Amino acid sequence: MENAAVSRAAIPDSSASGFSRRKLWNQGAKCLIWASAIFTCLLLAFIIGYIFYRGVPYLSWELLTSQSSYVKKTIGILPNLLNTLYIIVVAMAVVLPLGTGAAIYLTEYASNKKLVNLIEFAAEALTGIPSIIFGLAGMVLFSEMFGLKQGILAGGLTLVMMILPVIVRTTQESLKTVPNAYREGALAMGASKWHMVRTVVLPNAIDGIVTGCILSVGRIVGESAALLFTAGFGLVLNDFVTALESSSATLTVALYVYASERGETGVAFAIAVILMTLTLLLNFSANMAAKKLKNV
Amino acid sequence: MRAYFDQQLDLLKDEMVYMGGLCEDAIQLTVDALLNGDIKRAKTINNMMSQISQQERSIENICLKLLMQQQPVARDLRTISAALKMVTDMERIGIQACEIAEIISVGNIEKATDKVDFQQISDAVGNMVHMSLQAFGDKDMELANEVLKYDDVVDNLFCDIRSDLVAKLKAGSNDAEYLMDMMMIDKYFERIGDHAANIAKWVNFSITGEIEIIE
Amino acid sequence: MNTIMEVKDLNLWYGDHHALHDISVDIPQNQITALIGPSGCGKSTFLKTLNRMNDLVEGIKITGNVIYNGENIYAPKVDVTWLRKRVGMVFQKPNPFPMSIYDNIAYGPRTHGITSRVKLDDIVEKSLKDAAIWDEVKDRLNTSALGMSGGQQQRLCIARALAVEPDILLMDESTSALDPISTGKIEELAVELKKKYTVVMVTHNMQQAVRVSDYCAFFLLGDLVEFSETEQMFSVPKDRRTEDYITGRFG
Repeated sequence: MENAAVSRAAIPDSSASGFSRRKLWNQGAKCLIWASAIFTCLLLAFIIGYIFYRGVPYLSWELLTSQSSYVKKTIGILPNLLNTLYIIVVAMAVVLPLGTGAAIYLTEYASNKKLVNLIEFAAEALTGIPSIIFGLAGMVLFSEMFGLKQGILAGGLTLVMMILPVIVRTTQESLKTVPNAYREGALAMGASKWHMVRTVVLPNAIDGIVTGCILSVGRIVGESAALLFTAGFGLVLNDFVTALESSSATLTVALYVYASERGETGVAFAIAVILMTLTLLLNFSANMAAKKLKNV
Repeated sequence: MRAYFDQQLDLLKDEMVYMGGLCEDAIQLTVDALLNGDIKRAKTINNMMSQISQQERSIENICLKLLMQQQPVARDLRTISAALKMVTDMERIGIQACEIAEIISVGNIEKATDKVDFQQISDAVGNMVHMSLQAFGDKDMELANEVLKYDDVVDNLFCDIRSDLVAKLKAGSNDAEYLMDMMMIDKYFERIGDHAANIAKWVNFSITGEIEIIE
Repeated sequence: MNTIMEVKDLNLWYGDHHALHDISVDIPQNQITALIGPSGCGKSTFLKTLNRMNDLVEGIKITGNVIYNGENIYAPKVDVTWLRKRVGMVFQKPNPFPMSIYDNIAYGPRTHGITSRVKLDDIVEKSLKDAAIWDEVKDRLNTSALGMSGGQQQRLCIARALAVEPDILLMDESTSALDPISTGKIEELAVELKKKYTVVMVTHNMQQAVRVSDYCAFFLLGDLVEFSETEQMFSVPKDRRTEDYITGRFG
């Protein structure tokens, strides 16, 4: 009883002064939060607005469907669009089976929990490494050791190194969201482990896996640093097979080339518009895919 | 754990013992009336009987409430179901005592010249009732088995009195009506003994879970 | 009483924890056997040894024999998928797959290689009828199983387990997440099922054990204290510890 009395006295009295001070704090904090929210939105709007303002006038059908010509003094980014597409195809073709396979092994089969934790930690650490370092490593590994020429293949494989941890982690996380009860239910009916993974786990994790892939494609589209040394700066139109081993600039690299080496800021902004639109579209479609697949 | 339930079971036991006490009182009253010819007292038996009936109802209520609320199993279930059976036997004991008191109050006893001795059999059944309830209260199987053995003693006493009555009739007694009444009283005492034995059997059931089939 | 499964000297360890001690019991055929005991007594663990669902747990060690169909189910040559097909299981919480009702039931048969639509139709109908839920779902076989009520979902899970034609059905507290009416339906179903199958159920509900089961096994701290006919156990238990537990005076 005595204790109760003491503890009641210890609770601060909500007297008039205390109350108004707290109210002031509350409102001050609220204002700060609002201010930062508005600032962030304004920043985004400003960047998008400015890029569109500078870039849209340079956008033309010709720009999108031709290659640059020194003779005609025209600039076209079709090769770069195609190169971006090629590199997406190469990187995803390698990273998807590798990444999902590794994730399935890690979450469903691996029994050494310490090793799994170590791999997860390593994968997470890898995602924080600046991409230029991946570029450097890719150059040493693919160009110097394996003797690949600068091109889509070397660039794509470098991107695989960079994206693999992301794909593994997102796939792992979406596999983990599949309730264990589903696994038990399937196993209790005499399903083999692989059958269980294929028929119950993967279909229920597909939304997360797809979202992870789309976001990875976004990273590929936006990546430049890792490709400078590996994919090269080539602005010539090539077919897929030739492009694998010939210097090919993706959109982002082309942006860098046109802006810094040719002084074509207008074209650079036009490319920026395309890149912005692409990334926004990819993010949007990732959201859509996640929602759509979740509802099945 | 289950403190409330245990408390209710204790209450049930107390109520049972109290009802047993009422039955003993009823027997005592009829025995007094019979041996001392106290007809006025015999007439108060109805009052006692209604108390016994009320007690039977209230014990039944406790049992039904416990069955419903606690859904007892094992020894609890046996205790409660035994109690339900035992109150019936106790109520019968009360009724037999009533019947004896009624015969006494009709008044044929006073006219009789050659009285029959009920001292032994009435003591015996009084003991049986007392012991069987004691056995229930203490969960004492030995005592219950003793009651069962005692039943034979009562049966023998019943036969003795019966032979005595038959002999008197054969000798051409003038108190034929009286002797008929005495025969009935004899039988009632014997029945009280049977009910006491039944109670002892239910006591054994509540302890072991085994029911001896009564032929 | 025929014995369908014979457990002999079964010991089980989780790492260093000795969870089951020398369990020996004969599971009677076409009867319902209830496993009762306080939480953590090993009854669920024991249930899972009967179809080797414990294999999934890390650091587990099992010794002793579980004889089914003439062989020890822990013998190296035994195919676990075959065993689990013969010894089905229903879990505590209903766990239908997020698929249609039809696909849920057809999952097991498909797993075991049945692809003919006609056959699958037959199996689905028969299983749902056996689980007494056919009338409730026959008009919406192609809707998601997740749209059903909890009780229906659990009966669907029973139907799903029956679809692979098991001998034995293990039920791990399968009514504990359900309301009394659904529980009643599943209890009735269990009694109906014992005509064709053998049922072994873990339950925390004493009254359920009394109502439904024919035999009862009482586990305490990893020991099988008493195995007897349910009626016997709940009227005159042999062991003092059983009596204390079932009358609620445990501990």
